Amino acid sequence: METISLIIDGKKVHGEKGQTVLEVALKNGINIPYLCYHPKISKTGACRICLVRINGVALKASCVEPISEGMEVVTEDDEIIKIRKFVLELLLSDGDHNCLYCDANGACEFQSLVQRYSIEEIKPSKTRIPKEIDYESSNALRRNENRCILCGRCVKACKEIQVSNVWSFAERGSQTHLVADDGKKIGESSCVKCGTCAQLCPTGALTLQPVKGRGANWELTAIPSICIYCGVGCKIDFYKNKDNILVKAMGNYTGPNNGHLCVKGRFGFDFVHSDKRLKKPLIKKKGSFEEAEWDEALDLIASKLIEIKEKYGPDSIAALSSAKCTNEENYLLQKFVRSVIGTNNIDHCARL
Amino acid sequence: MTNSIREIPLSEGFFVIGSNTTENHPVIGSMIKNEVINKGKKLIVVDPRRIELARYADFYFQIKPGTNIAILNGFMHVLIKENLYDKEYVHSRCEGFEEMAHVIEKYTPEYVAQICGLDNPEDIVEAARLMARLKPMALYYSMGITQFVSGVNGVKSTANLQMLLGNVGIPGGGVNPLRGQNNVQGACDMGALPNTYPAYQPVASIENKAKFEAAWGVSNLSTTPGLTLLEMFNHAIEGNIKAIYAMGENPVMSDPNQKHVIEALKSLEFFVVQDIFLTETAQYAHVVLPVRSFLEKEGTVTNTERRVQLMHKVLPPVGDAKDDWWVIQEVARRMGANWNYKTSEDIFEEIRKVTPSYGGVTYKRAEYEIIQWPCPSEDHPGTQFLHKDKFTRGLGLFTPIDYTPPAEDADFEYPMILTTGRILYHFHTGTMTRKSKVLDENVREGYVEVNPIDAQNYNIENGEVISISSRRGSIRIKARITNTVKPNTVFIPFHFFEACANVLTIDAVDPISKIPEYKVCACRIEKINL
Repeated sequence: METISLIIDGKKVHGEKGQTVLEVALKNGINIPYLCYHPKISKTGACRICLVRINGVALKASCVEPISEGMEVVTEDDEIIKIRKFVLELLLSDGDHNCLYCDANGACEFQSLVQRYSIEEIKPSKTRIPKEIDYESSNALRRNENRCILCGRCVKACKEIQVSNVWSFAERGSQTHLVADDGKKIGESSCVKCGTCAQLCPTGALTLQPVKGRGANWELTAIPSICIYCGVGCKIDFYKNKDNILVKAMGNYTGPNNGHLCVKGRFGFDFVHSDKRLKKPLIKKKGSFEEAEWDEALDLIASKLIEIKEKYGPDSIAALSSAKCTNEENYLLQKFVRSVIGTNNIDHCARL
Repeated sequence: MTNSIREIPLSEGFFVIGSNTTENHPVIGSMIKNEVINKGKKLIVVDPRRIELARYADFYFQIKPGTNIAILNGFMHVLIKENLYDKEYVHSRCEGFEEMAHVIEKYTPEYVAQICGLDNPEDIVEAARLMARLKPMALYYSMGITQFVSGVNGVKSTANLQMLLGNVGIPGGGVNPLRGQNNVQGACDMGALPNTYPAYQPVASIENKAKFEAAWGVSNLSTTPGLTLLEMFNHAIEGNIKAIYAMGENPVMSDPNQKHVIEALKSLEFFVVQDIFLTETAQYAHVVLPVRSFLEKEGTVTNTERRVQLMHKVLPPVGDAKDDWWVIQEVARRMGANWNYKTSEDIFEEIRKVTPSYGGVTYKRAEYEIIQWPCPSEDHPGTQFLHKDKFTRGLGLFTPIDYTPPAEDADFEYPMILTTGRILYHFHTGTMTRKSKVLDENVREGYVEVNPIDAQNYNIENGEVISISSRRGSIRIKARITNTVKPNTVFIPFHFFEACANVLTIDAVDPISKIPEYKVCACRIEKINL
């Protein structure tokens, strides 16, 4: 790889040939704002928020501008701020951005930029056309196109990450809007509900259905873990609220999934809160289960296993381990079976 | 997987056989789709069902269930006959080529097409020629290769093909089985198998016995391999197995021939289940112990590419539910073991000592690095792909393999073939997915896929409840009329207890791996409302 040196805001930084100004800046902790750019999709260069000044003259979209040797970049000056404000004001006037009613409130990239550039309240544009609100048709996605800034991340997420090509833009100019398939409602489209479009949406135009009513974004805590379903091992950031209720699952970008999830990894975790979860040990007495304390249940198990082992020998006992349990648990069960019971009768569902 | 998920962009082409990737491993499915659809990479698909990937394939072969080995041999026949195989690789890195080539000789495209029920033998030739041009090509498979009485031979055949093409031991190539459970790789690695200790160290070896007796401070380890899951049930019915201790698992739903499984569980003197729900299986237990779900515990899991990852506690435990490891330790202590693990990391530190391939994995590394076993020491970076420069055994061994038919073929009494599997919106026995709103609402009940020609012959309408029977049992289930399946073949997803596919499936197993033949059995369909 060819290393290139350049100067961003007076700081000497290095990048690799083919990288853009924005990528090198972000990697070096220099916070150039952006909206249509996202590291996991191809570059669009449409929103003009990431404009920077190159070599003291030209204003360029840093997300598509390749770095070159000795390049001098200024990421913000009065003119750039003015342009960014102008772009944000246009977007605000063309949409309906009432954060109070928005699922994305507090987790909205657009909101952050409006805050950063201190935009005063903007009146709706006279040409603004109310757009589609569809909170109902899909049990996975909520959609309010009045909050859409046409960045195109959802279209690219569906084309390049999920590769289902459900979303696309229809019509032109001020009429441009998002459509699913050939103009269907999202719930009636070919969408397979991976939710990646909502994960990448920088506003509240596309959000995940289950988040509604489960707590404001700033009340949520995110903890990473690994999906319980197939063997891909997707890393997921699980968001829970103050009442320890799961709110949403977002693909973690450092896992083997590179941020992507499927419908099970996105929406398959309600079962942990099911009222059918077992809460107490159960012992069958006269044909029906009765709740018991741990000591009673554990003493019973140990004494029965000792009794059976003494009567019929260790090979009369077998154990089923589980591909849903951790390495530690599987290790310990086979150690128990081999060293405490004294048999190799242990297997699990690997073949099922 | 011999190779890694992040190598998918390095492959020039993909050969997917016996894996409905976009439904069962959707994230990998999407990565393959991205390469094929957006970047023009090549795709060859072999599957009895016209799965989504078939739509994007350069060649798609809708084979009769259970004929994988024939078509794999067919591709190899063409590669050898037309001198398209990687001769340098075969001669320098492999052995046993001549013996294999001898067996392959009779698998002409015409002969293979006849076995597999294919109309156009020339496509086998063209697909093989394409494979030879793809450097490297990655092979992906799943249970559509393994769940046959010839499962082990099916796996070896995939290795034969990839070695013949010189695609093993290079980035972007490989033989890549997609594991179906989040920690099935780890459970195997940890020795939750009847014949091996952790890291696949055979229990029959005296050295291993001594090694583990020293590590565990005991003197009673058995050198007799134990029983596999289905054998346990057979032995329970025969009266040799008296007690079963099940940590999770739901064999009543997941094992073939449900009636037989229930009979086995009923014949036990003592049956313990640890689970998060009172499953269909737990109903038969004498004691049921409540344990924590994956979101309520900490520990490591190992994915399909051998990557060890750390799970974290996200939620507090429910009721009196405990960690599975805590429960095992408590039982062990009551039976005289002197165990004193305080955290799952304590256990992991012991795992590292007795599992050479995990020796260099720590909780910290699993959290912050990409660590794939083998990783013998803390300064080892882990292994992105296996068999680099030379095979683990030295030379890659070609195995001569003949096609053998499934245990049960269609006949006069049971004229159709049943194959089973999973679907996108559900997982395994449905215990978790059917309790998750979005998933449950998408597919609420079981169904059987029936080809339109069969539907017409049996006068069945879409959505009509029909009867399906095999020699093991009978179920009622809604028909879904679709071209996904060939005529004379039906498919049932096995997630639904009220229309349980495993009432019908056969418990014939592969003689070596003991895997059941879930993917083929004979059945008949009948209209109920005449």
